Amino acid sequence: MIPATNHAHQIGEPNRNSPRIKRLSTVLRGLGHKPDALIQALHAAQGMYGYLPLDIIHFIASELKVPPSRAYGVVTFYHFFSLKPKGEHNCLVCTGTACYVKGAQGLIDRIEADFDVRAGGTTTDNKLGLQTARCIGACGLAPAVTFDEEILGKVKADEVTQILRDKLGKVAS
Amino acid sequence: MSLQELKAIAEKANARKAAKKRRLCVCSGASCLSINAEGVLASLKKHVTDKNLAMEVEVIPSGCMGACNQGPLVLVQPESTIYQKVTPENATAIVDEHLVKSEPVQSMLLFAGTTQEATLDSRQSDFFRKQVKVVLENCGVINPEDIEDYISVGGYQALRKAVSTMSREDVIAEMKQSGLRGRGGAGYPTGLKWETVYKYVGDEKYVICNGDEGDPGAFMDRSVLEGDPHRVLEGMAIAAYAVGASKGYLYVRGEYPLAIKRLEIAIKQAKKLGLLGANLFESGVGFDVEIRIGAGAFVCGEETALIASVEGKRGLPSPRPPYPAERGLWGKPTLINNVETYANVPPIIDRGGEWYSELGMPKAAGTKVFALSGKINNTGLIEVPIGITLREVLFDIGGGIQGSGKFKAAQTGGPSGGCIPEQHLDTKMDYAALQAVGTIMGSGGLIVMDEHSCMPDVARFFTEFCMEESCGKCVPCRVGTKQMHAMLTKICTGRGTMRDLELLEELAPMVKEASLCGLGQSAPNPLLSTLRYFRDEYLAHIQEKRCPAGVCKMTSGSASVASPKETA
Repeated sequence: MIPATNHAHQIGEPNRNSPRIKRLSTVLRGLGHKPDALIQALHAAQGMYGYLPLDIIHFIASELKVPPSRAYGVVTFYHFFSLKPKGEHNCLVCTGTACYVKGAQGLIDRIEADFDVRAGGTTTDNKLGLQTARCIGACGLAPAVTFDEEILGKVKADEVTQILRDKLGKVAS
Repeated sequence: MSLQELKAIAEKANARKAAKKRRLCVCSGASCLSINAEGVLASLKKHVTDKNLAMEVEVIPSGCMGACNQGPLVLVQPESTIYQKVTPENATAIVDEHLVKSEPVQSMLLFAGTTQEATLDSRQSDFFRKQVKVVLENCGVINPEDIEDYISVGGYQALRKAVSTMSREDVIAEMKQSGLRGRGGAGYPTGLKWETVYKYVGDEKYVICNGDEGDPGAFMDRSVLEGDPHRVLEGMAIAAYAVGASKGYLYVRGEYPLAIKRLEIAIKQAKKLGLLGANLFESGVGFDVEIRIGAGAFVCGEETALIASVEGKRGLPSPRPPYPAERGLWGKPTLINNVETYANVPPIIDRGGEWYSELGMPKAAGTKVFALSGKINNTGLIEVPIGITLREVLFDIGGGIQGSGKFKAAQTGGPSGGCIPEQHLDTKMDYAALQAVGTIMGSGGLIVMDEHSCMPDVARFFTEFCMEESCGKCVPCRVGTKQMHAMLTKICTGRGTMRDLELLEELAPMVKEASLCGLGQSAPNPLLSTLRYFRDEYLAHIQEKRCPAGVCKMTSGSASVASPKETA
């Protein structure tokens, strides 16, 4: 995960007048600028940007007075945080035990093949991102897949591609 | 808030309920919500209003009722009739037939159309009959977003009783008498833990609720937090009083947005009524609680790692001792219990430790919530007295194996646990009995597998999980899980040798003994447990290059040319 290039030269100051930075600043104020609120602050930032751009991580680190290395360490430690932008729409296949027992791997294989995408990446046109999750807790609906925020239960490998195409078509129109 | 005020709220809420002839609860747990329970709720509300029944019928969203596989569910009170697979369209039949004509809709009754008996009073069905609900007693019956509903069923009475009429020592004595043991998995006696924290002197102490339910296949804590959040808050407040803390943290998985939302609502409501905050029930005792959202790291379920995460750091565990009871959050004495443990506290204080100790087994009192999933008919959430047999859970409550499948094994304790094969179906679900057959009670995930599951592949699945979730701090876990996974992958692709099996059996105990925290110490369990009961399957993979369950893809003929890089 360590970037090959020296990012110190590339990370600029984020524009403090942008609406998102202003919103983020309000959140940080609400958290009392406490160093122990780092994870909560990163959650808020990822909610706004969809991922965590390096300049934003730097901004949060300096506002909370923690070393950038610690902020970066926290970002890379937890699965929830992403340094890369996700797809416009995201499909997440649950790989918890119940879903595994009911064939989650078959769903992943099918989606990867039919959409030419790797788990953890996005399609070349960036329309669809594919992720896997440890367990989304919808074990009664195994195997479960989510499309953006919506949970789709008892999905069959033969049908998953069509379901996703329909969903993508619907949101595009 | 005084006792009189609390009683007044309860009376008002109960009068409001009594004024209505019926109450419809629409299950709004995450599972039912994902299949349009919200649409059902809206449709029922509209239809009740259209039929001019709004004066006598109340429609509320509730927590999980348990039979997740048959959702969305709607409960009609006072008859306790549950309807299954309700849609916004067919929901009108419940109003037209059941509410107006008092004729239950037979075709929609819970378990109609299955091999299990559908009953008018759902409590009489096989699924519910053997269950004993303590933790889940309000779940599915009250509106989790309405504090008055919680108060109307006796909520916050236990907290009042504790802070106004009992000394800290009394509370701890009551907990010790109850025999409650930690429900997070390890089963440490709760009263003893409280006493230890109470005894440490400190200017500041903390209580933490561990809601980082990371085991795949476990959704007990999520359901409790979603269905009855106030109960967890009340349990935490009582614990805080007992150990002498005034601040608490509720650590919840980031994957549970609904639980977080309901907790936020609950905390706001409780603060407004003075049930959280300074001077609870004019006792001078204060308690404040903050939510901390996890960010997806299984290791954070380990208490020292969780503390690091609450402090905003990477979730790395640290060696114990010192235990959190002595030096925990910010170096202060800290009590950590699991969600289900706290949810057991209010009824124990309310009804007494003696009452609780009579439930379950002599050395393992009470009930346990399990999340049933996998190849079983009734996937969902159940609560049973400790000591019930696995057979009763799977075949009486669970409705048996799905389709024409044959039971092969049940996995408990997630990646830290093991499997129970057919010959041990009569094992009691109890800490000691489960340990004797090579698994653990765990937090409550119970996954059923039939003959289509390959046990070496199951072991590989869990080992991969532990490998990826290893925090990397200690070598036995970081490197050991990786090597175990590499060898299991070899076996599962038909390239394994008997030497690999030998190495696995040598390595597994080392990882178990030498790892720093529970993650590594228990990571070899799925492997050891499947090896114990399904060694023939490993041998079939190695010697015959054959997967008896037909799951593993064998690379034929490559056994002799195994690449040395594979184990790197």
